[in-house]
Amino acid sequence: MLNRYPLWKNLMILLVLAIAGLYAAPNLYPDDYAVQISGTRTTQVDADTLTRIESALEASGIQVKGTEMQQDGVALVRLPSSDAQLAAKDAISDQLGSDYVVALNLAPTTPDWLGSMGAGPMKLGLDLRGGVHFLLEVDMAQAVGQRLDVYVSEIKTKLREEKLRYRVVDHLEDGRLAIRFIDAETRDAASSLLLRTYQEFLVDSDDVDGEAWLYVNLTEQTIRDIEDYAIKQNLTTLRNRVNELGVAEPLVQRQGRNRIVVQLPGVQDAAAAKRIIGKTANLEFRLEAGPDASRADTEIYGFRDTPDRKATLEKDVIITGSSVSNAQAAFDENGMPQVSITLDAKGGQMMSRVTRNAIQRRMAVLFVEHKQRMLVQTIDGERVEKRIPYTEKGIISLATIQSTLGNSFRITGLDSAQESSELALLLRAGALAAPIYFVEERTVGPSLGAENIELGTLSVQIGFALVLIFMLIYYKTFGLLANIALTLNLVLLVAVMSLLSATLTLPGIAGIVLTVGMAVDANVLIFERIKEELRNGLPVQSAIHAGFSRAFTTILDANITTLIAAVILFAMGTGPVKGFAVTLSVGILTSMFTALLVTRALVNLVYGGRTLKKVMI
Amino acid sequence: MANATKIYNFMGIRKLALAFSLILMLVSIGSLAVNGLKFGLDFTGGSLVEIGYEQQADLEQVRSQLQDAGFADVTVQTFGSPRDVLIRLQADHDPVLGDKVLAALQTGTDQSLELRRNEFVGSQVGEELREQGGLGMLLALFMIMVYLAFRFQFKFSLGAVLALVHDVIVVLGFFSLLQVEFDLTVLAAVLAVIGYSLNDTIVVYDRIRENFRIMRKGDAAEVMNASLTQTLSRTLMTSLTTLLVLVALFYFGGEMIHGFAMALLVGVLIGTYSSIYVAANALIMLGITRDDLLPPQKEEGEEAEELP
Repeated sequence: MLNRYPLWKNLMILLVLAIAGLYAAPNLYPDDYAVQISGTRTTQVDADTLTRIESALEASGIQVKGTEMQQDGVALVRLPSSDAQLAAKDAISDQLGSDYVVALNLAPTTPDWLGSMGAGPMKLGLDLRGGVHFLLEVDMAQAVGQRLDVYVSEIKTKLREEKLRYRVVDHLEDGRLAIRFIDAETRDAASSLLLRTYQEFLVDSDDVDGEAWLYVNLTEQTIRDIEDYAIKQNLTTLRNRVNELGVAEPLVQRQGRNRIVVQLPGVQDAAAAKRIIGKTANLEFRLEAGPDASRADTEIYGFRDTPDRKATLEKDVIITGSSVSNAQAAFDENGMPQVSITLDAKGGQMMSRVTRNAIQRRMAVLFVEHKQRMLVQTIDGERVEKRIPYTEKGIISLATIQSTLGNSFRITGLDSAQESSELALLLRAGALAAPIYFVEERTVGPSLGAENIELGTLSVQIGFALVLIFMLIYYKTFGLLANIALTLNLVLLVAVMSLLSATLTLPGIAGIVLTVGMAVDANVLIFERIKEELRNGLPVQSAIHAGFSRAFTTILDANITTLIAAVILFAMGTGPVKGFAVTLSVGILTSMFTALLVTRALVNLVYGGRTLKKVMI
Repeated sequence: MANATKIYNFMGIRKLALAFSLILMLVSIGSLAVNGLKFGLDFTGGSLVEIGYEQQADLEQVRSQLQDAGFADVTVQTFGSPRDVLIRLQADHDPVLGDKVLAALQTGTDQSLELRRNEFVGSQVGEELREQGGLGMLLALFMIMVYLAFRFQFKFSLGAVLALVHDVIVVLGFFSLLQVEFDLTVLAAVLAVIGYSLNDTIVVYDRIRENFRIMRKGDAAEVMNASLTQTLSRTLMTSLTTLLVLVALFYFGGEMIHGFAMALLVGVLIGTYSSIYVAANALIMLGITRDDLLPPQKEEGEEAEELP
């Protein structure tokens, strides 16, 4: 019989919609304001910690909605309001000290029975939730340059060992090494030695004005490896830093060949986050040069606070900040800020070996910071930015070694408590393998985020209501059925977004609004076709049947081409635009399902299998 | 009354429509050449700070306060409401820029100010985004052309893409003429316009293809007229519902998607026009005939014959 769906088809549609309803449901439960507490490398959050947290909150008189332990040693405190959340964070940090990471978060309130099925609400993008987004570029030239410097000293040692006499080993600006030998034979011997020892070298010989030169290039693959290493190292360091900052659900991810994205949702103090993430500070520990040291082995540096005061230091570095296993900011007897440092085993050995023979000499702590100067030029009417990286080194302390230094000691001579705590944090989190630069930054305040959600929701509601009313007036009964399908489409869209754990952004909401407007298109196509067939004199049932089947190819073609545009938008787009592409693509697919199957099922239920003279359309 | 529906003579004014489209395009291209687009931060690079005031902000005062604080080359404007101030700077990246601006403004007022938004885009990133955006648009057009050539016929795909190029140029021209800011979300909207206008065009084309096969007599223009008339109410209905939600978005969606909604509003209007007058018109100018659509029909016929 025309226009009847078999039972299994109706049941299948019902099943899909029921599942969609379940997975969309978590979005109905508003998130709780929460404070999330996790341990650091040395500490663990356990039942004891939770008790301490609870008593601290009670002592400060902060109302709590609940506390709970989550998996992998993370405690969560739920709070009734944003103010209580901030107060609770302060109270908890005071109680636990710097050994724990205390972060603001939004906790979903999905009921357990839904959560156990893997259902959860959509994630909110930074523009809705507030927070910071950074795009950082890793200075690859610098990373490769650092490695080349290491090669220079290795090659020198090697040539000396083999008694191959050279005059100069130079690191050229174009990323090559140039070595000049006393004669061509030595050069050729060295060439084969280097090729034997280093698979990653490409070696060229050249004679200029009777001088025997050798040029060393790194292979493409080696350069790629160095870059990959630099990115990985920087990712690790940035993750450590972000963890130290105490951010819930941060994102630190590689993008393209030389970029890193960092997203910190819900961060309140964006400036502090930026300062710490972008810092490329490191420390070097060096001995002060003795009076008879040769010029070639020493360097002169100024003090950080008083650049006029200078000291001559040995070129050899005892250890760098990377040997630091722990660092804590504190105050000394005079109330001056200091950092207590613990070294790892290897660093401790180096330190005691050097200082054992240097008692009564002085040791300097050199603060090394990679910075950049931005030169903005206008060339041919185009604005061109040129980055000139430079390194700033300044002595922060120069103290006499009283006895052999071991695994732990302290650094004094810092400006402020803020500096000491940031230095301690940087030393704990590790140094960056290569300098990084901010190439993009977006900070959205929490109130703007909340406002965006409010406006977005409002426009979805109004747009949706307008379409519903319009369809009802124009198509009457069929309009009502289309409206039911449209509503289900929205549920389905939200369910799919939640299942994919896609991120909802403001343009994403705009995509939903647009989908609502365009989703009715399929229904309109079908209804207009039915009207037409009725005008052509077809009986009601055949007209309905013809309307659906003839409109089908049109709907398919129209939607697939729109989908092409949406998919390209997704592939090429970044950030918020991607969010729009996601909702648009998902919306196109769900609207095809609801318009073709759900509306059909509804129409069949209402009209199917009956003898009709007339329909309201 | 079944077949008595009046067929509108759309193609009767096709020369007029062509002239109108040409004028639209010329004005758009002219404006794009002379004024260019007012690219937003996403594409130019630079810094942007949005400050929320408690009461209406005095822009003159904000400007002079910033000048006194040593910020050169600043543009100050309100954003959405008179209490929101948007400040654009050509400054280098400075992690505490937002706080510096906030501090500079806070000293001269007893209102409590709020740092709502702070963005920085490096000029290189801006350039990349611009290139990527243009490339994405071309790629979308190309892919669509291929799909249509495969599903319909080459002349159809050319006609559809002509209509899309027409729409994109007019929307860009609109933004150039009114000097409305063109940022990433507007670019997304332009791509959505491509999707939408295409949707419309396909529906019309689908009917044209069908009618070429059904209608034994009548020249191309008559087939177009019949097809356009038959799809007219659908074209208008869908445009109307889409415009309804866009108006909601435009008025209630907030300042951040104003440009987005505007681009789509213009795009949907022009897309509706172009699917009637440009897409069908292009087919006639490309010399579409019944024969162009014969091969697939023949295949179907053969298959039918083979059935017992």
